[in-house]
Amino acid sequence: MKLNLKFDLNTIAKIHLNHLLKESNLNYKSIGFGEIEILEALSEEKIVELSAKLLENGIEIVENQKSVFVQKIKDAIIEMVQNPDDITVKSSVYLSEKLNYNYSYISNIFSEVTYTSIENFIILQKIELAKQLIISNELTLTEIAYNLNYSSVAHLSTQFKNTTGITPSAFQRIVSKRKELASKK
Amino acid sequence: MAKEYMNIILADDDEDDRLFFTDAFDELKINTKVSTYNDGVELMDYLNAEDAILPDILFLDLNMPRKSGKECLIEIRDNEKFQNIAIAIYSTSSSEEDIEETFVQGANIYIKKPSDFTLLKKVLSDVITINWQYHTSGLNKDNFLLRM
Repeated sequence: MKLNLKFDLNTIAKIHLNHLLKESNLNYKSIGFGEIEILEALSEEKIVELSAKLLENGIEIVENQKSVFVQKIKDAIIEMVQNPDDITVKSSVYLSEKLNYNYSYISNIFSEVTYTSIENFIILQKIELAKQLIISNELTLTEIAYNLNYSSVAHLSTQFKNTTGITPSAFQRIVSKRKELASKK
Repeated sequence: MAKEYMNIILADDDEDDRLFFTDAFDELKINTKVSTYNDGVELMDYLNAEDAILPDILFLDLNMPRKSGKECLIEIRDNEKFQNIAIAIYSTSSSEEDIEETFVQGANIYIKKPSDFTLLKKVLSDVITINWQYHTSGLNKDNFLLRM
């Protein structure tokens, strides 16, 4: 006997997805077609695992194209901040050459996705690097300022204070007190 | 694939402060889910429950009945389970001693409660934006100190 079947793909997909997520012990809520919300925080590994499992079953997690591009911008900025000697042009020129788009396009997408500007992000990254160097205790503040391409220690200190609300020396003091406290535990 | 909203908790015994706080987030661009607790005991009961959805950032008032913000801070920082939570002290005190002590005990952010609503929105928006960068850019949370 031959039967003619008509598939409601949407329903099939939903049942199938529900089954797979139950198998993975994940609580979720369906937001609409092609969109679900997992009701718990997932670790990086869990996401990779889930993504592989879904893909085996013909379901692909679509990453937002813009987010992927923003990640590239961030990587380029971090590389730039960590190797200031290699970069002889303005950061806008550097990013636009590196990513092959004009700067205003790069800058608009970045702000849209991250809620902050490229300029602020560069400052944040530089201050993060300064913090690491302060903690490692190998360089003086003057040397750190020089390494990060600040015109003076005062310039670094001011930007540090503006970004974090505390001075580099207060930061250093707090971090060393934290270490002391941790060693007592 | 980063999730697209931030889970936020506030523990504060002052009802007006809780109301201003949740209102301020309604107008923010970043998607947030805000829940509030009335004191330290309520907060810790929630966090210690097995099925608790842990916040990305926790705002702690210092002066609360039953269990103070400082006691909560110490308890939270003593527990591995909570290591990914950013902690913001949210207090009327601007004593240098309170600020430094809470930072040393593991707070990431210290906010002196702003007196007017416009300023409050600005401060919370700045805090959330910077916390978002730590959240999404793989920055080292141990070095995250911010005073507003």
